[in-house]
Amino acid sequence: MSSLSIFNQLEISHYIYLSTVLFCIGLFGVLFRRNAIIILMCIELMLNAVNLLFVAFSSYMGDADGQIFVFFIMVVAAAEAAVGLAILVLVYRNTRKTDVSFLDNLKG
Amino acid sequence: MNLPIPFLILSFLTILSALYVVTSKSPIHSVLALIFTFFTISAHYVLLNAQFLAVVNLIVYAGAIMVLFLFVLMLLNLSKEIEPIKSNGWAIAATISAGSILLMITAAFQVFGESVAKNPVEGIGLVKALGNVLFTRFLVPFELTGILFLAAMVGAVLLGKREKISTELSSDEILNP
Amino acid sequence: MLEWIIVLPLLGFLINGVFGSIIPKPIAGWLGTAFVFGSFVVTCFLFSDLLSALPAKGAVYLKVFTFLNVGNFHVDIAFQFDRLSAIMALIITGIGTLIHAYSISYMSDDDSLYKFFSFLNLFIFSMLVLVLGSNFVMMFFGWEGVGLCSYLLIGFWFKNVSFGKAARKAFVMNRIGDLGLLMGLFLIYQNFGSFEYTEVFAKFGRLEVGTGICTAIALLLFIGAMGKSAQIPLYTWLPDAMAGPTPVSALIHAATMVTAGIYLVVRCEAIYALAPFAREVILWIGLATSLMAALIGLKQNDIKKVLAYSTVSQLGFMFIALGCGAYTAALFHVITHAFFKALLFLGAGSVIHGMHHEQDIRQMGGLRKKMPITYATFLIGTLAITGFPMLSGFFSKDEIFTAILAQNTGVFVLGLLSASITVFYTFRMFFVTFHGNYRNQHHSYEKIAESPLLMTLPLLILAVLSLIGGAVNFPNYMGEGISKGLYHLLSFDGGGSFSPILILPEQSFEISHVKEWILFALTPLFLFIFLVARKKYVVKAAVPEADADQVGFGKTLANKFYVDEAYNRSFVEPIELVSDTLTEYVDEKAFKSSFDGIGRINQYVASLLSRFQNGNIEYYLVYMVIGLCLLLAFNLF
Repeated sequence: MSSLSIFNQLEISHYIYLSTVLFCIGLFGVLFRRNAIIILMCIELMLNAVNLLFVAFSSYMGDADGQIFVFFIMVVAAAEAAVGLAILVLVYRNTRKTDVSFLDNLKG
Repeated sequence: MNLPIPFLILSFLTILSALYVVTSKSPIHSVLALIFTFFTISAHYVLLNAQFLAVVNLIVYAGAIMVLFLFVLMLLNLSKEIEPIKSNGWAIAATISAGSILLMITAAFQVFGESVAKNPVEGIGLVKALGNVLFTRFLVPFELTGILFLAAMVGAVLLGKREKISTELSSDEILNP
Repeated sequence: MLEWIIVLPLLGFLINGVFGSIIPKPIAGWLGTAFVFGSFVVTCFLFSDLLSALPAKGAVYLKVFTFLNVGNFHVDIAFQFDRLSAIMALIITGIGTLIHAYSISYMSDDDSLYKFFSFLNLFIFSMLVLVLGSNFVMMFFGWEGVGLCSYLLIGFWFKNVSFGKAARKAFVMNRIGDLGLLMGLFLIYQNFGSFEYTEVFAKFGRLEVGTGICTAIALLLFIGAMGKSAQIPLYTWLPDAMAGPTPVSALIHAATMVTAGIYLVVRCEAIYALAPFAREVILWIGLATSLMAALIGLKQNDIKKVLAYSTVSQLGFMFIALGCGAYTAALFHVITHAFFKALLFLGAGSVIHGMHHEQDIRQMGGLRKKMPITYATFLIGTLAITGFPMLSGFFSKDEIFTAILAQNTGVFVLGLLSASITVFYTFRMFFVTFHGNYRNQHHSYEKIAESPLLMTLPLLILAVLSLIGGAVNFPNYMGEGISKGLYHLLSFDGGGSFSPILILPEQSFEISHVKEWILFALTPLFLFIFLVARKKYVVKAAVPEADADQVGFGKTLANKFYVDEAYNRSFVEPIELVSDTLTEYVDEKAFKSSFDGIGRINQYVASLLSRFQNGNIEYYLVYMVIGLCLLLAFNLF
């Protein structure tokens, strides 16, 4: 069975639900976990859920713009991961922790 | 509703591995599960006729970003560290929050969603087609993205650089606490 | 060209005001003087231009920019140099220059000399805007500016609390008059739809004599004039204004400020010509003011206070003339009064300077020998103000009395009484100050010396002007060619777009020969009073009694008819009582507690809300997600 025939049997709504579920799993992780690295990973997961939706719409509507957007999102994700991890290393150097519960210096 | 078997299997695997990323206690396992998730998402891209993106996804995410994560985990020696589990209250709060977002988005689809007419174009996900669009209509954003990348790179290097006089721990202490 | 008259004093104000503290003292003074003198030169130049081009040109008009343009409401910043404003500007800048020069020496000990000169320049500037503006709004600008500057200058030595209060009094009293003026202006705009002099007066020309609206406007404008020109009931600020440095008094009394009221009435001659009732009011108020001030002047012992009351009295004369419709006579008296009153004030300043800021004439005496120039010039000023024949005051008073005599004999008698009293109290002050024996215990007689040249030179110039000032408007019997110069100037019809200043040909005050002889008989009368005063204060060397020894009517006079006390009782105290009550009960209790309550509620709510901001990212994330949920829900349902 070629990919095209599978594609023909699917509705856009399936991908919408799939990516929504993925997005919410990522969101749950961000809220639930305390380890900053895991939180960053969950954010990557959420971004991928959005990417998936972009690609799905792009394919269904026959418009390449959605896929170009995915490129840009990847760039932003890579930049965010790089800077985020650098900050994380810095925080760890100073506090010996990657636990976000202890980072409450923003208290007003 | 009849769904093609490959899609069902792929989706099942995707969600399962994503859940494992979130719930696993070991960060290393999380990373590995996330890499697996990216593989399945790439497979989805293939199903959607976005072949070039599927490959790029593998290279960038699974190849570059996740390796970065792994490096940091190794560097900080967090692989064995078991983080304190949050209280049940947090679990409930997080579940409710994420659940309500899920509810809201699906509700939004129910209310406003119109089925999109399928209009597949042959070869849209191939390098040639994407390149045409990227280097004509999206040329300026593309260049700007390059600048953004440069800025992020400089920022990351600057952050990671050791200050000359500081009270922070030396690399020896970090590697062998 | 016209703009430089206005701009130069403003420049002086700005330069001295902004950089004054870094400019050396004498330079700051000379700078201020130079700017006013420059303005005077420009005025002279323009005036001669105006005179030489008389048949062709009625006025010079200069529109700077449109100030307001809202719907039909249209106001320009514009200046109009016609014959009336030219004369006023000449007095202001001319006398102003002399006073500035005098101040350089007089104020040389003061630390904030630059501030003094910047205020003086601003004063001149405001007064010039007042007289040169081409519409009522410009005049109002100047009017308020003059009020502000008088406040600043009267209260110049603000560290003395009573001086500060005098300044405040002047300001508040003027404000009452300003309200009248403002309402008059509103009425003018409501009825004539414009503020431009030419347009308004042209529309007035079409009204009937005695129209209600004319009378209302004329009376309201006169209330404004009352405040600025110190007429009953708003005159009390002027004697108190003596708190300022003496040059300021000279400036206020001679060149600026008090002449504004006269200028206003002369400028609005077209309105007053149609309001006989308002003229009647002006006549009687002027008369009452003149008499009352002269009476009070009899018993004052502060040299500046005597002069202040004499100013009020002379202003009363000017208003009598205005009330009779003798606008030229009033303006003539403004001019001569500017000469001899500036002379008298600067002379008094010279005396005060020599006496180390002693102002009580009972502490003086015998200064004639020590200050010969001051003595001589002061004598000329005294003779001029009392109307000694052939001096400036003689001609202008003569003109006023002619006008009165042509209209109302009763007023003439009362005016004569007032003028006679003027003769007495002026010579009383003069004799007690300069003749007799030196009476001061604190400063030795030997140390008193004549003031420096910079102070005596303005005195000499003003003395000459007081001597020959009458030439501005000689009476008819002096000969056809040289007489009535001012009258011809003012009533000349330019024929251009600018109407003559006096729209209606001024009625000529022809009087019978018998009455002419009565006027000439006045001179011996005044001479007699002069002799009486001389006998009492020179021959018998009487010294005015101490304040405590006053009895009867004299005590009432020395206490200025208790007007200040009456005003205090009837206006100031009730208002203070109400304010105190409001402060205590409404402000302190009601408002303060309710505002405190609001504050406390806020603090409580804030303390509740601040718990949400605990600094922990996790909580913030949850809030964000909840917000996102709500946003989606809000859009969905």
